Amino acid sequence: MPDPTQPAIAFENVTKSFDRAGGSAVADVSLAIRRGEFLSIVGGSGAGKTTLLRLAARLIAPDRGTVRIDGADVRALDPVAMRRTIGIVFQSGALFPHMSVADNIGITPRLAGVRAAEVTARIDRLIELVRLDGRRHRARFPHELSGGERQRVAVGRALANTPSIVLMDEPFGALDPLTRDALSEDYVALHRGLELTTVMITHDITEALLLSDRIAVMQAGRLAAAGTPAELAGSVDPYVAELFGTPLRQIARLAALLPGATPGVQR
Amino acid sequence: MTLDPRLGEALQLLPDYLGSHLRVSLTALALGAAISFPLALAARRRPLARAILLGVASVVQTVPGLALLALFYPLLLFASALAMRTAGVSFSAFGFLPAVLALALYSMLPVLRNTITGLDGIDPQLIEAARGVGMTRRQRLTMVELPLALPVIMAGLRTAAVWVIGTATLSTPIGQTSLGNYIFSGLQTQNWVFVLFGCAAAAILALVVDGLLALIAHGLRRHSRARLLLGACGCLALITVVLAPALPRPHGGYVVGAKTFTEQYVLAALLADRIEAGGHGVTLREGLGSSVIFAALRAGDVDVYVDYSGTLWTNTFHHREIPERAALIAALKDELKAAGVTLGGELGFENAYALAMPRQRADALGIRSIADLARHPGLTIAGDYEFFARPEWAALRDAYGLAFRSLRQMQPDFMYAAAAAGEVDVIAGYSSDGQIAQYDLVTLDDPRAAIPPYDAVVLLSPRRAGDQALRAALAPLNGRIDIETMREANLRAARGDADSSPGAVARWLWGRVREKAAARQ
Repeated sequence: MPDPTQPAIAFENVTKSFDRAGGSAVADVSLAIRRGEFLSIVGGSGAGKTTLLRLAARLIAPDRGTVRIDGADVRALDPVAMRRTIGIVFQSGALFPHMSVADNIGITPRLAGVRAAEVTARIDRLIELVRLDGRRHRARFPHELSGGERQRVAVGRALANTPSIVLMDEPFGALDPLTRDALSEDYVALHRGLELTTVMITHDITEALLLSDRIAVMQAGRLAAAGTPAELAGSVDPYVAELFGTPLRQIARLAALLPGATPGVQR
Repeated sequence: MTLDPRLGEALQLLPDYLGSHLRVSLTALALGAAISFPLALAARRRPLARAILLGVASVVQTVPGLALLALFYPLLLFASALAMRTAGVSFSAFGFLPAVLALALYSMLPVLRNTITGLDGIDPQLIEAARGVGMTRRQRLTMVELPLALPVIMAGLRTAAVWVIGTATLSTPIGQTSLGNYIFSGLQTQNWVFVLFGCAAAAILALVVDGLLALIAHGLRRHSRARLLLGACGCLALITVVLAPALPRPHGGYVVGAKTFTEQYVLAALLADRIEAGGHGVTLREGLGSSVIFAALRAGDVDVYVDYSGTLWTNTFHHREIPERAALIAALKDELKAAGVTLGGELGFENAYALAMPRQRADALGIRSIADLARHPGLTIAGDYEFFARPEWAALRDAYGLAFRSLRQMQPDFMYAAAAAGEVDVIAGYSSDGQIAQYDLVTLDDPRAAIPPYDAVVLLSPRRAGDQALRAALAPLNGRIDIETMREANLRAARGDADSSPGAVARWLWGRVREKAAARQ
């Protein structure tokens, strides 16, 4: 049982560089993510968001600094065993194209050595949990699904081995707005219901503001700011202020453009 | 309309040829894949090993199939001798083994390249996802990488299958029965029905195997059980056919060998008929290379075949001085005995190399003997594929001081017509070939006796040395085939009509032998 006093994930002065010239993808980042927290990571392309996520899953090792999961240095853990306890939703799903929906979801518990009968039961439960239709979707293959359905399967796969931590890399990025809205709200419900710790990368500031307990802003490999939506919206840092001012400015422009529209009454 | 008897004969041979062809091809393919697949997996992340591996495989691919197959015979002969000396075990370097090894080597490139390419082509995101869900290296390979690369790997296997089945037709000269037997014997005896039949059979077989593999590949990709099952059943059926003991496979009995020219096919058929008439089983191994066949006889892979005294004397035993006819045979018997081979009898005719040219042209140039040729250095000469590499040619050239403008190698059966048409001036033909008379060619005298006598002799392998049954079966042939009869037989066999198959000519020849025996009594 993890120590409840420890943060779920902790980055301590973590640096990671990919090129020999010394340009860092992640430079001296320190950040603690509390148990049960929903943290979004925002920032421009190449700011180091994905690198941070890969470091947390021990898909890569830091050059300097320490990454801790539930207080334990990941270097001391068996990476394969550790990854099985974490759920990951990859960019654009990355479902295994040669496996059916059921097999994609069942892969994580199966790898962890869960009994076949229990795996089947979990697949059924997760298909329901991510609001897919068991009868229609169970035996289908990824190429037979819509984008939204694929992302639901990806979430199901991440949750199938009952992780306490879920890492998501732009999980809803490629979806149409309606699907995106529905899926993200469904996910937040799961996050709360299953008492997960979630770290989500997103490009969408609005999405980050709406879903997150806390937001981390990455800029050129460094952690530029971290705080609740309200704290960041009032930041004096020019980059952060610019970033979080965007949705409000868009709303103002939309209101001017469409004077008759009243936001936020449907649903 | 009646069926061409050659087609009937071809069909009769089909189970044996097809079965052998399939057996050698599938074994080679399985072996090739079994070697190249793990090699590809091991080398794909090591750039140097990968470059070397693909380089070597590519080079092997550029070696002509016939040469690759031919090289494996002496290689294995050497290995077998070495194994005998060091470990006391020997294996047959003849037929199946060298063919399988050479073809397996030939099949490696497409499997290697496609396995590496297929694995390289996988979306890196999926590899990351496989790591992310907690797969070990091995699990990643078996659960994600291999299934995703499978279509490309299968495509490589299909290419390899088509290549191997095609190239297996070239394994005839090293003693492996295959569909190539039709092509080789058809080409030698101008039996175009055989040639076409062999080509068509090999092509159809290649298409069928390719189709079955395609079916499996589609089944795997489309997750279609039905296709997968159908393809697998087809392959299984082929493998069953290959392994089924009921099918005519290397039947026991005597193995009769033949070299690669018309007379040899006819004589092998004649020997086989006689042995079968004596109530024994026979297997024919036709189209064997000159050097392969004697080694195969010594090793016991061939039991009996007809060779020529001069050929053995100069080529096999490397003598340079040439005794007269009877002395040569006597000396040859001793040499053969030392090699464990028995000279079972002389057929009665001689098939000598003879320089020949069109009568009119010889008269016009005043050429009567080989010595006269030296006065005309601007002429061209054609010989069979081995003549100019044989010691007889060197002896002839040195004895008379011959100089030709060019030396051409030719399919033996086409030489005579080429000389008659004036495409070449002189040919090194065979004195027993009826085409010499047919095209009105004259053979040139050899006053310095540079060319040895070439009496046709029956040779027996070491283990058949004391085999009285075999000797009794062949005894009626000894001394009964004169040169005129053999010429006519060769002419019949080269006629290219329905009655020109070696079997039919052999039956005709046997009829003549019996007539002669009856006339003498």
